Amino acid sequence: MHINIILAGVGGQGILTIAAVIGRAALQSNLIIRQTEVHGMSQRGGAVQSHLRISNRAIYSDLIAEGTAHMILSVEPHEALRYLPFLALESRIITSIDPFINVENYPEIEDILAELCRTNHPVLVNAAELAREAGNARTSNMVMLGAAAPYIGIATEQLESAIEDLFQVKGSDIVDMNIRAFRKGQELSQTQATEP
Amino acid sequence: MNKQLLLGAEAIALGALDAGISGVYAYPGTPSTEITEYIQKNSAALEQPVRSAWSANEKTAYEAALGMSYAGKRSLVCMKHVGLNVAADAFINSAITGVNGGLVVAVADDPSMHSSQNEQDSRVYGKFAMLPVLEPSSQQDLYTATREAFDLSESVKLPVLLRLTTRLAHSRAGVEPTSARIQNPLNALYAPERFVLIPQNARRQYNVLLGMQEELEKLSEQSWLNRLITGTGSIGVIAFGIAFNYTMEVRQAFSLDFQVLQIGQYPLPRKQVESLFKKCETILVAEEGYPVYEELLRGYFGADNINGRMDGSLPRAGELNADIIAKGLGLKPKAVMPVPDIVVNRPPALCKGCGHRDLYDALTTVMSSFAEHHVFSDIGCYTLGALEPFNAIHTCVDMGASITMAKGAADAGLRPAVAVIGDSTFTHSGMTGLLDAINDRSPLTVIIADNDTTAMTGGQQSSATGSRLQDICRGLGVEEEHLRTIVPLKSHLEENMTVLREEISYEGVSVVIAQRECIETAARKKRNKTAST
Repeated sequence: MHINIILAGVGGQGILTIAAVIGRAALQSNLIIRQTEVHGMSQRGGAVQSHLRISNRAIYSDLIAEGTAHMILSVEPHEALRYLPFLALESRIITSIDPFINVENYPEIEDILAELCRTNHPVLVNAAELAREAGNARTSNMVMLGAAAPYIGIATEQLESAIEDLFQVKGSDIVDMNIRAFRKGQELSQTQATEP
Repeated sequence: MNKQLLLGAEAIALGALDAGISGVYAYPGTPSTEITEYIQKNSAALEQPVRSAWSANEKTAYEAALGMSYAGKRSLVCMKHVGLNVAADAFINSAITGVNGGLVVAVADDPSMHSSQNEQDSRVYGKFAMLPVLEPSSQQDLYTATREAFDLSESVKLPVLLRLTTRLAHSRAGVEPTSARIQNPLNALYAPERFVLIPQNARRQYNVLLGMQEELEKLSEQSWLNRLITGTGSIGVIAFGIAFNYTMEVRQAFSLDFQVLQIGQYPLPRKQVESLFKKCETILVAEEGYPVYEELLRGYFGADNINGRMDGSLPRAGELNADIIAKGLGLKPKAVMPVPDIVVNRPPALCKGCGHRDLYDALTTVMSSFAEHHVFSDIGCYTLGALEPFNAIHTCVDMGASITMAKGAADAGLRPAVAVIGDSTFTHSGMTGLLDAINDRSPLTVIIADNDTTAMTGGQQSSATGSRLQDICRGLGVEEEHLRTIVPLKSHLEENMTVLREEISYEGVSVVIAQRECIETAARKKRNKTAST
């Protein structure tokens, strides 16, 4: 097992929570992990990314080399495109289609979606809508984790138990809501995968 | 013991705690902040206790750490690379006095300047001070090396510099800790012959330091942080610090078998380097930072069997990665998809609702009525006022430079001379500059943007805010009628502009404190309050 994931989003959108869940699940599965984070100035509403590498053998570099990511998992559609050079040609983008617009020259969403559709079988997720169905729009990062789950190579139970561990300090309602969000994403991803 | 998923910065913190430190001293600075934060939140550290509150600046932090060492206990001092400039006087001279309890200086460099104004390489300071420098390449090694650095420090009686760079500081990996050592007992040292650096003592102590160099090199030769990865072929790589990771990644990805000499402890282990040069025709020198050792290995006249940052095999600036190392070794890069043309930059920006926005709205309007409207500023969230749509500030050089540069410009005749500085930056390095201005009666307006926290680095406790800032200004000699306070809110715009106009037109030192809590800190406090009820 060896997987390189680029996590993408805008500062404050919760990509580090996604990373924390996957990291915890990987550690419980006795896998080796490297995961970079962005702290400091660039966090303030800027583009942020996390390189997440999981393997059952030694990992040397904290950073993913160009053309070797097995997945770009993005909580924002425009940000998914920023890291395309990292993606292996045969790999896919899994992204939310909800734009986060905080710059004046943000491109047209139709153009972004067209670019996304040019990539290899992208999984496009109406994350905010599914998150609201789960109980709160703020769980859209867990929707995205769910959408990526079938491609990560870590058992669903491990991921769900990591979500539970991470959110348990906030109470069982919050845990349940995040699990619901995770399952909604997973369901959508599985449906898209079976479509011709 | 269980594996924990730790940032490199946190691995240092845990290593230091398990080495039995009695205190950590630091001023926040990306990418070093998380070292101290981890200790502040650690339950075992709270129990001990391990002293961990933020210091006013890196110099006060360093000197306090040296004092704790003098008293026989182990201390850790942490800072970002430019912080070592602030602490440099204490740092260099502590190499002359030496230490009693173990003293480790963890310095996080920021190549590629993700959150910094330069990418200076702290290993140069290590050489400058003639101290042992450790540069581990993984989170686990950081943990182990930090623990051992305290033993090393006590055995050679010198401070030890632990250098890391942004990627390692801000990357997580599983770390397996070992059992904790207890703290040293109080054992203060009467050793004026070492610690009173009058010339006669300093000369002798400097000779002691010079005499230690051979021993330090010997320790490097034996260190597990310096090791050869055997292989075949005529090309060899000397991989320093985190460059080892990228080199090994390339070796694995391209199924190659070249020899790699990993360097993680300095002074440079001369024999190991010599032996690699004997075995290889060409050597790639891969350093994360300046080509410090490449320059040394090349010598003044250059050497044509060395590749690195100085001959363009690797870029001269910026952090390394596996792609750069592969290219440096002449390997063919993978075919990749380009970034689509429609992708635009998303630079960092002041938060919506941030008080700095309202301060700049008022200040820029006031300044626009002057022919010369220079605003000298400083380092913090408010530095983002340099960007669109504000374009409100015109300098940001080093901590505290807003006040002193504005003073110098005022002395040169520039009117008006205006400085904008944050609360934490003011107590870090602004107060002494203000005293200079007062003593000189320089016509200058200092605006202290007091958001009650050190915001840019994530909302750490600031050394003085609110009424304490007013007291400091009064104590330094700011006249009561020219010490004003405003609240940067949209609804106060007119009123704030009036205050700024009045003080900017005053031909003397005036201070306007713009007081409004950082919205991020306020939101965090609210969340914590709800969580605890």
